[in-house]
Amino acid sequence: MTVAEMVEQLGLQVRAGTGRLDRPVTGGHVGDLLSSVMAKSAQGQVWVTIQSHPNIVAVAALLELAVIIVVEGVEPEPATLARAQEQGVTVLTTTMGAFETVGKLYQLGVH
Amino acid sequence: MSDDDAELELALRFPILGGAFLMAGRASVLIKRALEEAGVEAGLVRRAALCAYEAEMNVVIYARSGSLSVEVNRRQVRIVAQDRGPGIADVDLAFTPGYSTASAKVRELGFGAGMGLPNIRTHADQVAVETVPGQGTRLVISFERTSKRDDSS
Amino acid sequence: MNLADVQKLLAARVLAGEEGLGREAGTVCGSDLMSDVLAFTMPGTLLLTGLTHPQVVRTAQILDLVAVVFVRGKQPGPETVEMAAQQGLPLLSTELPMYEACGLLYSKGLPGCQQARGQAAQVA
Repeated sequence: MTVAEMVEQLGLQVRAGTGRLDRPVTGGHVGDLLSSVMAKSAQGQVWVTIQSHPNIVAVAALLELAVIIVVEGVEPEPATLARAQEQGVTVLTTTMGAFETVGKLYQLGVH
Repeated sequence: MSDDDAELELALRFPILGGAFLMAGRASVLIKRALEEAGVEAGLVRRAALCAYEAEMNVVIYARSGSLSVEVNRRQVRIVAQDRGPGIADVDLAFTPGYSTASAKVRELGFGAGMGLPNIRTHADQVAVETVPGQGTRLVISFERTSKRDDSS
Repeated sequence: MNLADVQKLLAARVLAGEEGLGREAGTVCGSDLMSDVLAFTMPGTLLLTGLTHPQVVRTAQILDLVAVVFVRGKQPGPETVEMAAQQGLPLLSTELPMYEACGLLYSKGLPGCQQARGQAAQVA
């Protein structure tokens, strides 16, 4: 499944990194402690988080994650979106909570 | 309880030790049980216990020592947290969600995300803060009994 | 879904509170940030977390959480286990990451805290 297909299936909003929606999603990680994400997540995964500060972009770029989904209707900081666009990191948002978002991704076969 | 001469139904006070993370929260749990046994409505008990817990954690995280107390009369539940500690330099900033002065160690415990005081404000009916930087802080958290807020719980 | 079924689904070990495994979990909250957990005040909630310090048990008492499941094979220390045992609070541990644990529970029809709050708001 690609990021674009995921966006459509889940009704997510694309907020930055529009150029890479064709990227395949190979799995998922959910978590808000950056140290944990650094240690445990893998290339090509979708990262589900409520963190919205610019550091999430650095983490996603470093680990080559496919996309970040910021949940619970949290608004990513302007600096976060700017940096994401610059670095080609795709940031999506949703009003759904983390559990529901992960649940739906899992049902779509993202794992 | 000032400005209300309704009879006191319950009064408890617990000392809190700064930095004592293992014991932290114990007073709030005891206060919660006492409120339940005093027949306070369930929704109010949950809100009060949560505020007590946030206030207690603040004392443990930031202060040298302090106390957590609860008073109940037929009109009100009041939680008071006071401490000897650094005080709050900017109260408005402290109540801003996400603002935190917590150390790295505290953040590693999963605390210090800057939601303590905002959570208290969300759940309480009234919050009053007295603070003197360098000396300490007193937080008075009040809840009206038999308010519509708790009907759906 | 009752806790015994949760245990089987997540292939979890029971660390404390085995006597409470008949309890029902009504909603699920997954978080490693105490502030997030404290924002959820729905009773009957199952908490999935990687945080293992004793404050997790205090939080469970304050919020009337039905049980705590540690993900990623996290092991709480003896104080945490002891506190939970005293309270009769079920503590479980699964090797699954948070992502898979959430996915499996969701597929069994359990709602998340955010969903449950939304539904409660609609009814009120």
